[in-house]
Amino acid sequence: MLVVALPRTALFLQALNIYYFNKGYLDEQFIQLEELEDDDNPNFVEEMVTTFYNNSARLLQNIEQALVSRPIDFTKLDNYMHRFKGSSSSIGATRVKKECTIFTEYCKKANAEGCIRTFLQVKQEHACLRRKLETYFQLGRQAAGPSANAGGQVG
Amino acid sequence: MGISTESQFHVLAVDDSLIDRKLIERLLKTSSYQVTTVDSGTKALEFLGVHEDDQSNPDIPSVSPNTHQEVEVNLIITDYCMPGMTGYDLLRKIKESSSLRNIPVVIMSSENVPSRISRCLEEGAEEFFLKPVRLSDVNRLRPHIMKTKPKDQQEDKQENKEEELGKPEFQSREEKEEQQQQQQHHHLQHQHSNSNKRKALEEGLSPDRTRPRYNNGLTTVV
Repeated sequence: MLVVALPRTALFLQALNIYYFNKGYLDEQFIQLEELEDDDNPNFVEEMVTTFYNNSARLLQNIEQALVSRPIDFTKLDNYMHRFKGSSSSIGATRVKKECTIFTEYCKKANAEGCIRTFLQVKQEHACLRRKLETYFQLGRQAAGPSANAGGQVG
Repeated sequence: MGISTESQFHVLAVDDSLIDRKLIERLLKTSSYQVTTVDSGTKALEFLGVHEDDQSNPDIPSVSPNTHQEVEVNLIITDYCMPGMTGYDLLRKIKESSSLRNIPVVIMSSENVPSRISRCLEEGAEEFFLKPVRLSDVNRLRPHIMKTKPKDQQEDKQENKEEELGKPEFQSREEKEEQQQQQQHHHLQHQHSNSNKRKALEEGLSPDRTRPRYNNGLTTVV
C-alpha cells in the first residue's frame, strides 16, 4: 500500500489523506483529481481547490445576503446553493456537500430558521476543510522540495 | 499518455460553472482530446457558427458554412442546468440544425432525475453523465467520437463498425474495474457509503444511463 522509500513528510501526507477520508472530509472525487495530475499539470488539485474557494466565497456571500433580506427569496437561495453544492461535489468536499443537502431540504420547505441554522454548518465545514487543505498542500510542497531526496526515516 | 499521430478530436464543453469547466477540460485533455470550453449554450451556438438572430430570417442561412469548416467539433458535452439556455435547449437546437445534428451530444447533470435522463436521450443525446464526471465517463465518449471520423478513415472503419459498437460498453466496464483496482492499489480502499451508493446507482442505472446504441442515421458518408 504505502511505498516504503517515501520521506517522512510524504508519508505523513499519505496518512493525512487517509485520515481525511476516514473522517469523511473528502471522497473519491478528490482522489480522481489527484490522478489527473501529471508532469504537465503538477498543481491541478491545488488549482481546483483555489478556484473553488475563490468562487465559493462569492456564492456564500450571496446566500448570506439572501438570508438576511425580507422576505426571503427561497428560489434564489436554492439556486445559489445548487451551484455551491455542485462545486463542492466536484472537488470531493463530502461534509460540505452533506450540509448543502440539508440546507436544500429546508429551502424547499421555505424553512427560514432551518436554512439559517444549516448555513452556519455549511460555513463551518467550508472553513474547516480549507484549513485542512492548506496544511495538506503545504506539506505537499515540502515533500516535493529538496528534502524529498534525502531518503526517508520511516517514523 | 499517448500522443496520437492521428489528427486530434475536438470536443466542445459547455458549463456555467468554472470549476466544472476546469474539471472537464482536464479530463478531456488527459484523454488526448482538443478542448474548447464555453460558459453558456448561447456561446456554444456562436462557436458552432449558428446565429440565433438569423434563424428567423429565411434569407440568411442559420449556419455560416465557412465558420463551421474552420471550427470542426467532433463532440459536444454540456451541463444540463444552466441559466438562460439549458443543456436540453442546446441539445434541441443542435438536433434541429441540419449541419450540426450529426455531432454527438452528451449531457451532464448533478441531479439524478430519470425523467430528465430519458427526455435527453430521447431528444438524441448519446449519453447522460452524473456529476462529478470521472475519467471512466470520459472513456465512454470514444465510440461516439469515432463515428465522426473523416471520410477516408471512415471507409476502413465501416467493416469494423459493428465490432466497435459492440466493444465499448465491455471495455468501459473493464477499464472501470481496472481503474478501481488501481485506486485500491495506490490508496486504501475506503468503504465509504457514498462509493457503494454510487456503484449501486451506476449498476442499477446502467440500462438508463447507457442507451442501447442505435445509429441515428450517422452512417451516411458525406
